[in-house]
Amino acid sequence: MNSPSPHSTQPSALSLIATLGVVALISGVLVVLVYQLTLPAILENRRIALERAIFTVLPGARSRINFALTAEGLERIDDQQTDGPRVYAGYDLSGKLTGVALEASAQGYQDIIRILYGYSPKCSCITGITVLESKETPGLGDKIETDPEFLVNFEALDGRLNATGERLNNEIVTVKHGKKSNPWEIDAISGATVSSKAIGRMLNNSAQKTFPLIMQQLQKLTQEES
Amino acid sequence: MVDLHPNKPITLETFTRGIWEENPVFVMLLGMCPVLAVTNSGANALAMGIATTFVLVCSSILVSLLRHRIPKQVRIATYIVIIATFVTIVDYVIQAISLELYRALGAFIQLIVVNCIILGRAESYASKHRPSKAIINALGTGLGFTIALLCLGLVRELLGSGALFGINIFGDSFQPWAIMILPPGGFFVLGTWLLLFSWMRLRKEGKPTSQEKEAGYHEH
Repeated sequence: MNSPSPHSTQPSALSLIATLGVVALISGVLVVLVYQLTLPAILENRRIALERAIFTVLPGARSRINFALTAEGLERIDDQQTDGPRVYAGYDLSGKLTGVALEASAQGYQDIIRILYGYSPKCSCITGITVLESKETPGLGDKIETDPEFLVNFEALDGRLNATGERLNNEIVTVKHGKKSNPWEIDAISGATVSSKAIGRMLNNSAQKTFPLIMQQLQKLTQEES
Repeated sequence: MVDLHPNKPITLETFTRGIWEENPVFVMLLGMCPVLAVTNSGANALAMGIATTFVLVCSSILVSLLRHRIPKQVRIATYIVIIATFVTIVDYVIQAISLELYRALGAFIQLIVVNCIILGRAESYASKHRPSKAIINALGTGLGFTIALLCLGLVRELLGSGALFGINIFGDSFQPWAIMILPPGGFFVLGTWLLLFSWMRLRKEGKPTSQEKEAGYHEH
């Protein structure tokens, strides 16, 4: 290969460093340029994806406000802040609270399944789920995303609190396919029991922890409507 | 793969070589990782093919332009920096176009950096030829790779989900072969294609042209 160095056999260390330096500089400029150019489109895509998920699980919602759920209660945050578990409050056209969207996750058959689900304080029930991340087996476990019979479970899944308001009155459980008899039970998909049970487990864990907090903070959520 | 006459004019062969005689997947068996991993649908295969072709062409241009400036001792490091730059660019652009596509392709976008087809082209072709030739050759190789990905992706999507580019072909009565969109399906389909291509080459060898024989052997 041709080399610019006068010592054609062994170029000086300086020229090696200079070459790498120049190439790295070109590289850096290109990457920064493209990053700056694509950033608005990427953020917009993320926002659209998030809102589509929120509005799927909260029927009737047209706008949303993000909150961070902390020990002290709810704190309003914007899209950029990512720390801590988040609560998305959805409001309809007239500005009334339709419900809150929450994230939940649990180990599925292949890997962790992450979902977003909607909770309506008005009916004390879960109003819908949408899968954010899943690697479940195509044709079997991935039916948790598409099977209409399974998704019907989450149109009004009972999530009432007990008398003290500290826990759910009835634990959310997944039951065998065709055995659902109570509004807090989830009818499993036959052939995808592990994935169905993972959904039940993650909903129960998340609901036990967050529903009591949400109910205490309901005032704050409804105040934000204006 | 070494072209014996770097100053030879550009011919159609400069372009078609990467598609047929030196097809990166079916002949050289390079880049098997994305070939098997992201070809579970036609759209994913096409996107991966385009992304790889873009990186291949851009890095070939830059390597070819800098070919007299890069000292031999640091050439591999330089090529990797150049390739990684264009992969990062592709990564951002795909995120800007569609997040769904970005999720479907997953880590395999970033892994284009270590795709040996690209480093191989930079080392064995772009670093020895003028930019115009390097572009044509890179385009041919990229197209060959894209075609190979599509060969796998279309078959796997058709059998595995009964659709082509997301459009249902067989109707609701078709029971999809889920295995085809799972990893083993990639091996099955690749094996079948390799069989078909070897058979076609063997048949052609009955009446080989001189040019073909040369191209087929001196690379190994």
